[in-house]
Order: sequence, then structure tokens, then C-alpha cells
Amino acid sequence: MNASSPSPRKLRVATVSLAGCFGCHMSLLDIDERLFDLVERVEFDRSPLTDIKTVGEHEQCDIGLVEGGLCNAENVEVLRAFRARCTVLVAVGACAITGGLPALRNHLDVGDIMLSVYGRVPDDPELPLPLNRVLPIHEVVRIDHALPGCPPPADAFWQLLQDLIAGRTPVPAPGLIRYD
Amino acid sequence: MSATDPTFDLDGQPVPLQPGDTILSAAARAGHEVPHLCWSEEVSGSASCRLCTVLADGRPVAACVTPAVAGQKVECRTPSLDTQRLRLLQMLFVEGNHFCPGCEKSGNCVLQVQAERAGMTDLHFEALNPERPVDASHPDVLFEPNRCILCQLCVRASDEIDGKRVFAIGGHGIATRLLIDSPSGRLGDSALSVDDRAAHICPVGALLPKRVGFAVPIGQRRFDTEDTRG
Repeated sequence: MNASSPSPRKLRVATVSLAGCFGCHMSLLDIDERLFDLVERVEFDRSPLTDIKTVGEHEQCDIGLVEGGLCNAENVEVLRAFRARCTVLVAVGACAITGGLPALRNHLDVGDIMLSVYGRVPDDPELPLPLNRVLPIHEVVRIDHALPGCPPPADAFWQLLQDLIAGRTPVPAPGLIRYD
Repeated sequence: MSATDPTFDLDGQPVPLQPGDTILSAAARAGHEVPHLCWSEEVSGSASCRLCTVLADGRPVAACVTPAVAGQKVECRTPSLDTQRLRLLQMLFVEGNHFCPGCEKSGNCVLQVQAERAGMTDLHFEALNPERPVDASHPDVLFEPNRCILCQLCVRASDEIDGKRVFAIGGHGIATRLLIDSPSGRLGDSALSVDDRAAHICPVGALLPKRVGFAVPIGQRRFDTEDTRG
């Protein structure tokens, strides 16, 4: 590269964990020293890494990584904001793609669960309402790519980000697609 | 194999065939992978999963029950057949409750490895989350219908190998389910023994011998090879 040419614009990346366990975020961190290469090419918007509260508030994000499925109304609101403010939205991990282990409650009645866990139905305006069923995110918004795994391997995150940064359609390499 | 042995053409490779061969049995003997879930050389074919659908001289057929014919041109790995397989697998996933992260069959599961090999990254369809109560009534074998893909391998193994006919398929369409031959309809009251082949032939985690779930740790299982596990 010519030393005088401007460095390419950094891609803006937002990440969130909805009804997830942050395990996918931990796996993203497992790209280890490659994080130094990554921050040369991307800057983070809303993410647990930045503590920014609103996605794409000042400018559109290029990539949104969504961990976790949808278990309550707040999850749905945040997901819709991600879809509106991210050009490419990626479902990350088993819960975002299938509902995952939180969806094990789908054959139980929400009221019965509340009573058996809390002894009463919690009633506070600050609490988001639970959904009847835990949903995978593709049932509510359009998803551009999915990264399966519980969690997806760090190498799968790295490959996906490399592909998106280079403008390629991400296709996971054999061995990087796994569901457990 | 001599030059005069009859063969058919599978994606450009000659596959020798013997009398009585199906396309799938001949291909499997020759070491070719035709994706399948419901076929086993131990029992008769049933053509229930349709993952093995190939084009035989241009016609779509289930390779597991279609007799191999010398000189036939069989196409298996075409883009359109591979996409059809991907959609079939996604339908199987949404029709059941398949929670790979919490399943003791993970790494030994044929549905899982076929989906991984097909490049499945998402469900594509809406998850149906059917209600299917677990049957843990048998002292040695767990029946987890949430994972059943209705491949009928246990049905055929119980009938043809064990001579017991413990299992059958009942119902229609989306309500189709595995039936158990016992007065209560529960596995514990049936004639199934953990030594039966039917207790071990399940390709997914629907019929599981108890107390051995994690005897082989995750990472050292049947499909924990480099091409599936990086």
C-alpha cells in the first residue's frame, strides 16, 4: 500500500446479548491477540465492550452481532433497533439462531413459571414483559448471516469479521459450523 | 474389480455393483458418501428421510431403495440437490426440539453431522416447538421424542433384527409420531431390552441407553473429526 494513501474507513460494529449468557461475547474475545488487528479495522458502537447504551445513535453501523434469542419485549425493541441501525445483521450462537436453551421453557405456561420461580407474578413498570415463547431472532427481523455454535468458535468469529471487512459473503469453513 | 464388472456412474466416478444392490448400498461399499439419515446396511430401506435423493438418469429417486443399474448416470452432489438437502434438514430441526448444546448425543448425532456438512447455519423456517413429553419409564433406555426424526430405524431394527416389533409409526402429517407396543404406550411396559439392536440404532438422541451418556467425553466422539470440529 502506498504510504500516503488514506487508511480505509473503520467499520462500525455493534454487539449485544439478548436472551443469551454472554458466552458468545467471551468467544469473540477468544480471538486473543487478533483483537489488536481487529481494532485497526473496526470501531465498536453499542457493545458490552464500550458501554454505549443506544445502537447507531450518531451514525449507521456496518455490522451488528446479536447474541441470544428473544424472551421479553425489551429484547424485541433492542433487536428492531439493531436491524434499523445495522447494515449487516448477524445471528450469533445457538440462542439467536434457534432460541437455544432458554426456549426449553416454550412448552410451559409463563404464568406458571413466574409463580413457581418467584411465588408471584412480578409486577413493576421497569420489568419488560416476558414473551409467551422464546423466539429465535429470524422470526422477528431479517437476518443476513448466522454463526452457529454454543458458542461459535473464536476462529468462526475471526473468519466472519475478516470476510465482512473484505466485503466477501461469509461462508464458514468446514469445521467451524457446529451446534454445541 | 475387473474391466468387465458392471458399474454405474456416480458424479463422474465408476461404482461397481453387485446383484441386489441399491444405489446407496453400492456407493457406501465403494466408500462414497451419499448423505442419508434413515438408511443402515443392517436393515431394509425405508426411504423416509429423502436426504439420499439423487438423480438417476435425470429422475429424482431415493438412493436407499432404488436398485442400482449398470451404466446408469447418477448425480448426487448437484447444487439443487444440496439445497434440497439443506431445506430438508432445516425442516427436521424446526419440526422437533433439537437443543444440541444440551444433548448427550452431540458429537455422535447423524442429524447434527449431516446438517454441519450441508453447511446449515440457520433454521430458515419458523421453529414449531412441538409438545412431546419425555418417556423415562424404561429402566435402561430413555425415549426423548423431542429429538425423534421418524427415520424408522428403531422400527425396522426391532422387527427385522430383534423380532419384537416394539415400535411403529402412527398418525399423519405433522402429528406423525413413534408408537410403542405396550399396554400403556410407554417404553417401560414394552418388550424392549437394552441389549436389543433397536435400543442402539437411533441416529439422533431419541432412544438412548441410560447411564452411559457421557462415558465418551465431548470432543472424542464419532464425528469429532477435523472436518467437523476444526
